Amino acid sequence: MDAMHANPEVVTTHDVQHDGHHEHHQSFITKYIFSQDHKTIGKQFLITGMIWAIIGGLFSVLFRLQLGFPGESFPILETVFGKTWAPGGTIKPEFYYALITMHGTILVFFVLTAGLSGTFANLLIPLQIGARDMASPFLNMLSYWFFFLASVVMMSSLFIQTGPAAGGWTVYPPLSALHDASIGSELGMDLWIISIALFVISTLMGGLNYISTVLNLRTKGMSMTRLPLTIWAVFFTAMVGVLAFPVLLSGLILLFFDRNLGTSFYLSDIVVNGQIMPNEGGNAILFQHLFWFLGHPEVYIVILPTMGIVSEVISINSRKPIFGYIAMIGSLFAITTLSFLVWAHHMFVSGMNPLLGSFFVLLTLLIAVPSAIKTFNWLTTLWRGNIRFTPAMLFSIGFVSLFISGGLTGIYLGNSTLDIQLHDTMFSIAHFHLVMGVAAFFGMFSGLYHWFPKMFGRYMNPTLGYIHFWVTLIGAYLIFWPMHYEGLAGMPRRYLDKSPWVSFNQFGDLDRMISIVAIIVFAIQLMFVFNFFYSIFKGRKVTTLNPWKANTLEWTTPIKPGHGNWPGEIPEVHRWAYDYSKDGRDFIPQTEPVGANEKIEH
Amino acid sequence: MQTFFIVAILVLGFLITFQIAKTSEYVSVLRGEEKSRRQSNNINAFLLLAFLIIGLFGVYYCNETLKDKILYVSASVEGENIDTMMWITTALTGFVFIITQIALFWFAFKYRESDKRTAYYFPHHSTLEVIWTVIPAVTLTVMIGFGLYYWFKITGEAPKNAMVVEVTGSQFQWDFRYPGKDKILGKKYYKNINAATNNPLGQVWDDPANHDDIHTTGEVHIVVNKPVKFIIGAKDVIHDVGLVHFRQKMDAVPGTPTTMWFTPKYTTKQMKEITGNPDFVYEISCDQMCGKGHWSMRGVVIVETQEEFDTWMFSQKPQYYVAFPDKDPSNPAFKPDSTSAGSAAVSVGNNQAKTRQ
Repeated sequence: MDAMHANPEVVTTHDVQHDGHHEHHQSFITKYIFSQDHKTIGKQFLITGMIWAIIGGLFSVLFRLQLGFPGESFPILETVFGKTWAPGGTIKPEFYYALITMHGTILVFFVLTAGLSGTFANLLIPLQIGARDMASPFLNMLSYWFFFLASVVMMSSLFIQTGPAAGGWTVYPPLSALHDASIGSELGMDLWIISIALFVISTLMGGLNYISTVLNLRTKGMSMTRLPLTIWAVFFTAMVGVLAFPVLLSGLILLFFDRNLGTSFYLSDIVVNGQIMPNEGGNAILFQHLFWFLGHPEVYIVILPTMGIVSEVISINSRKPIFGYIAMIGSLFAITTLSFLVWAHHMFVSGMNPLLGSFFVLLTLLIAVPSAIKTFNWLTTLWRGNIRFTPAMLFSIGFVSLFISGGLTGIYLGNSTLDIQLHDTMFSIAHFHLVMGVAAFFGMFSGLYHWFPKMFGRYMNPTLGYIHFWVTLIGAYLIFWPMHYEGLAGMPRRYLDKSPWVSFNQFGDLDRMISIVAIIVFAIQLMFVFNFFYSIFKGRKVTTLNPWKANTLEWTTPIKPGHGNWPGEIPEVHRWAYDYSKDGRDFIPQTEPVGANEKIEH
Repeated sequence: MQTFFIVAILVLGFLITFQIAKTSEYVSVLRGEEKSRRQSNNINAFLLLAFLIIGLFGVYYCNETLKDKILYVSASVEGENIDTMMWITTALTGFVFIITQIALFWFAFKYRESDKRTAYYFPHHSTLEVIWTVIPAVTLTVMIGFGLYYWFKITGEAPKNAMVVEVTGSQFQWDFRYPGKDKILGKKYYKNINAATNNPLGQVWDDPANHDDIHTTGEVHIVVNKPVKFIIGAKDVIHDVGLVHFRQKMDAVPGTPTTMWFTPKYTTKQMKEITGNPDFVYEISCDQMCGKGHWSMRGVVIVETQEEFDTWMFSQKPQYYVAFPDKDPSNPAFKPDSTSAGSAAVSVGNNQAKTRQ
């Protein structure tokens, strides 16, 4: 990698620690635990997110064992989970439903919201806009620690006698409201609500901080239209989160009241287990509206940051400006706005008025337009580039492929006519896992491989990165592509054994194949985790300031920046972030003044 | 022991991979990093191309293998609209899928790093951007148009001559109620639900319309080529009436009744022939997470001819007589009583008794 390391400046980390602008003596606790440095907080979000990802992924392996090999016994399960949950080594239905519920909750909220936004918004906002830290480093620290508390509460629900919540990650009442309806609706559900409430607080503190930092702390010359797309993406993500999460919180508070204080917001006319409930006049569908008012924007909270990362990584490694920068911002904005107007497409068959449903069809399919613009712009950015396939770049290309595949099936599900047939089938599982599950992970991996040198001053092993990419890409398609066919056959999601059914029992071989591939893909993620931690301590050292030859400001900081990021003055910005291969020059950093005869974009 | 071996093999495989990866890093330093970086760049570019070709073949192979396992013809008239919509959507998205995936991987391969090329500075192009805003917008408008046209056809009012059946979901079974001769479903109140007194649906016995209502569990009979309207409810939590062969689905929500209607096209017997499966039955699957037995909450729909249906209906006894055996005229202990509700029951009972003779 000589070419990449050709820059002569070599700055040792040692110098930085003494010259840092804001540098002050720090104990272990203030430096690594209750740190107010955005970079450390980003790493805290990342590592907590990774721990959750391993747990959430492991849960999917467990229920895939059940789905691929129904009725078979795995004695190790009884050893680990005991006779209550896995008697004789087979997964009990209660356990299965707890597993899928926790898998969804953990991955959507703890990994792809906190782990993703928390990592990249914290790491990149100050570094790329040219700020010494967040607008409020203290609030930022609190944001992580509320996430940590939420994690502790959720984790504790895994160890109580009645187990964690088990009504699906959407926790629809009355199932989640009635203690007698399911063992997962006992204490586990209260802990779920408390944990998510803490999580919402964390998201709000983080989000408000991200927004105010982007708006107020940009360095001289860094106008909004010179921001890298990563910043635009996390900026819009934060706005979506700040506006949507409070609605979920209010919905959950009412659910908590229904559960424990005898109110009837969601409950009416209920007889459960022969016991007649006094509640009358509530409406179960109200919760679905409140839930999806967050729940749908939530999927954009997951995917928007990765769109920013992918735009940045593709542009850098194609050695070309991102195509249609303003259109990219415009489509991010359109997605942000429309994301609040499509929630009821999750409820076409809930009994909602069909006329109301038709408006949501219109708005839902409308959101495909900005998504299409983004895809075409990524393709055009690759066109006539000079492409370097770093592991980050490969994951970005994989992201675009998965985003296309999963996005197109959204056009099926968003159309209410087809949704009648496909709603709550394996088709929707395949759809959202491709488009916001695996694709978001690809974006996250891309960002991690790309900014690992900035985070830890070392490289991750690229060979392991390539193996990680290829196995994950091929595995993702093997798992989720054929799954669409199960859904087209009408196979409902959340069925742990299809053998009693005449209509859905024809996919036994396929389910087995999917389960085996899922286990392999999970094992490869463990290899990534190993590569990650090994490389923090033993990876090859970064020896140049700007290993990827990128234009953005984070590569003007020392290799291991201290708190405050730049040892001297914060650099001034003179141009946008995408002057690659312009006027015969490979790249022109944002800090370089505009030449006398130069035409500039922004 | 087996588990131990699997884990041991995995760990060993991982260690070997890791050693190779680590060695390759040292080797690349020795051989010149730039050279080995170029090499791995080319390898990955070729792999992307191979992935495209094998992937597209895989898509074709997957379709060939699985296409016969998905749905047969729509068993309802309305479901045909959904199938048409499915074809329109598959044609359009399939076209876009193939074009964009080929573009993605082909560009990645073709424009892999080379000393002979410098990247083309191409920051934006208004015409291109307008084109790929307008084309998707127009295409999607067409799809919205078709979709909503069918959507309103399917979700519109049921025809006047539709047969009415009430469907009630509870953990983890389906109950059905027919309005009986008077074609009126009697009133219900959930606090009347009591399995011990044979009132599983909470029928209000003071309402004479209830006295001829037929109740069945697990199995519902409907008539071929005759529209049927389901009035759907739930006792405990949200369930969902999923009728995959009729292309219908609707949530069953406690406290908020919902409806669906469709016209079955084939009897169960005909469908056994069409599918070539002698065990075929129309199934109701619960499609909304409802607790630990969700996966096994199964109902059966029997589609039959009018005569078969009439014969079956004739053999059914109103739930009222199950709850009050002494009011059943066919019961030796039958005692006519003088209350108004009772007399209505008697008149219905007498009618039935007459038809039976």
